[in-house]
Amino acid sequence: MPTILEVKDLVKKYGDFTAVKGISFNIQEGEIFSLLGPNGAGKTTTISVLSTLYAATSGDATIAGHSVSKDPMAVRKVIGVVPQEIALYEDLTARENLNFWGQMYSLSGKALKDRVEEILEQIGLTDKARDKVKTYSGGMKRRVNIGVGLLHKPSLLFMDEPTVGIDPQSRRAILDSVKDLNRQGMTVLYTTHYMEEAAELSNRVGIIDHGELIALGTQKELTRQVGEMETLVLHVDEMQDVQRLAKAVEALEMVRHAEVSDHSVTAIVPEAEEALAPAVTKANELGIKIRSVDIREPNLEAVFLHLTGRALRD
Amino acid sequence: MKKLFLIGLKDLKLIFRDPAALVLMLAAPFALTLGLGFVTGQFGGSGSGIGNIPVVIVNQDSGQLGAALVEMFQSEQLSDLVTATQLDDPTEAFQQVDDDLVAAAILVPAGFTDSVLPPAGQSAPGRTIQLQVYANPTRPTSVGVIKTILEEFVNRLEVARVGGTVAITQLIESGLVPPQEAAALAVELGQQQADSLAESNAITLTSNVASEAAVNFNPLAYIAPGMALMFLMYTASNAGRTLLLERDHGTLPRLLISPTASAQVLGGKIFGVYLSGVAQMLILIIASTLLFQLQWGDPLGVLALVLAAVFGATGWGMVITALAKRPGQVAAVGSVIMLTFGILGGSFINLEVMPVWVQFASKITPNAWGLDGFSTLALGGGLNLLGRPILALIVMGLALFAVALVFFNRRGMAMK
Repeated sequence: MPTILEVKDLVKKYGDFTAVKGISFNIQEGEIFSLLGPNGAGKTTTISVLSTLYAATSGDATIAGHSVSKDPMAVRKVIGVVPQEIALYEDLTARENLNFWGQMYSLSGKALKDRVEEILEQIGLTDKARDKVKTYSGGMKRRVNIGVGLLHKPSLLFMDEPTVGIDPQSRRAILDSVKDLNRQGMTVLYTTHYMEEAAELSNRVGIIDHGELIALGTQKELTRQVGEMETLVLHVDEMQDVQRLAKAVEALEMVRHAEVSDHSVTAIVPEAEEALAPAVTKANELGIKIRSVDIREPNLEAVFLHLTGRALRD
Repeated sequence: MKKLFLIGLKDLKLIFRDPAALVLMLAAPFALTLGLGFVTGQFGGSGSGIGNIPVVIVNQDSGQLGAALVEMFQSEQLSDLVTATQLDDPTEAFQQVDDDLVAAAILVPAGFTDSVLPPAGQSAPGRTIQLQVYANPTRPTSVGVIKTILEEFVNRLEVARVGGTVAITQLIESGLVPPQEAAALAVELGQQQADSLAESNAITLTSNVASEAAVNFNPLAYIAPGMALMFLMYTASNAGRTLLLERDHGTLPRLLISPTASAQVLGGKIFGVYLSGVAQMLILIIASTLLFQLQWGDPLGVLALVLAAVFGATGWGMVITALAKRPGQVAAVGSVIMLTFGILGGSFINLEVMPVWVQFASKITPNAWGLDGFSTLALGGGLNLLGRPILALIVMGLALFAVALVFFNRRGMAMK
């Protein structure tokens, strides 16, 4: 597959703060590529530079052969962007919004009209097309937000955390629509801090933290980095001393690493079932009551924990 | 260019879907106009506002025309509008202007009548001696009234003179009058014209629409534009504020990553502010014409002045927007500027009664220039008399756009 996006040593600074620290990666045509990282990792800044909103401090990227820094207008014609915020005019109807944004992408006349109806159908809002966007639910707004990004049939679609703050049903609908778009041949760069989304959608994942791309590959390649380790999560009550429990669990021979997050201790272990009994015993010795236990197969969360020593949602 | 218009039209649509904006854009100026109209008695028939404009006339002309002019200014028809006194010494008259005792001094130079209507046996001088007006710059509205009356006098005189010349020429050509009697007939005709000009009824400032407006000046024609111009400043700043709102709501970044040049985006936003202001002014003008039977004057002049006034106000709106970091700041600063410019620009109190420094400072406001122009129109003036306010408003707008652009470039439109 030919490369549609090539990012090379991209740096973005805001004054003294470096938001993106020289990242490089490629995306092949037809791929769903996820940038996975916690809030503030540099995902949105990366998308902002790639979509030509902000100029890179150094480095460059090419999209469909066009340089982001040298030929931004050509880049804008081939990309679609679904921003994290709902970027719509709330006092306009869905149809009016789609019409306006279509015109901004130089669509007009019958082509515009047909495409707007097609998108309304695609996002399931034909019946509500005459209602002002401000009367919509969060999920419906998200769908229109995505629809705007698809109007001009872009070759590469940037989706910046499109499921933030919506109900599970709408989230499922959005994930399914991303897969549908990809099946239709669209290349997608998807950013998220939800490990499950990256795992479900992506052909390849780039893990980003503090502006650096710390890992890149398929899910299998990444989980191999933690050596096929499993994750054992011990959930305790709020009043319990979770820090003491984490230290005690980490001291166990079979535990590679243990970390506190949200009243729970997450331990990376070769065999979770084998580590469970000693961990519970330690908790009992400390007088800490365990509320529930999770055992997880090797996953991207474990990779992130392994690479950064922190949980993704920290 | 098409996208620029589309962005502007979208903004116009949005502002007219915002009930709060509509209240301040349309309902508030109407309510205040009504309120001030009742306060000043305009709906009760008591009539007040501009009137009794003090003017001093120095008549050094010994002929009929000088006397006719004095008689006209002291006529019954103009008695409510003008209080004319006569002086012999021009220096003393000019001093009264300098001392702000009168709005203007009119000097009728010696030989004025003879220069227009030469005595029998004498040929007309090469150049007509001109009437002189020494105007008080601190009373532009009153000066406008005086100038309008004078222009009417001069126009009628010119019409009469040309008419007389044509009539005599035709009489000679048709053989009804021998050439040797033409000079005597011309003098006789001239004297008749002068006599008719001297008779206040014949001056008939009310005999045509423009003159009627001049005599029957309706103070609502001052209040309504004052309020409209004040709330135009609200529209300019509020519509400018949408640039920052769009930035915060993410639609501005979305526009900037579409294949639309940033100049088109900024131009479209400015055009949206401009369109909103023009729409607001035209709605207020049409509605007040229909509801209050208010005569705004020459429609072409009104349109030109509206376009220029909105241009100047838009410039201010963009400067406020360019300097502010948050939409709330624009709203706060915009409200303060709206009221300050309203007071400073004469929307509430006629600038003529304000101190000189206020009158000077008022020149930075679109309100003062706009009111100057609307008063001229209401007094019967046309587009030809609006050159100064329109030019001032355009220069103001251009200068302010340049300042706004510098700040937008420095910060970058998408940056918070």
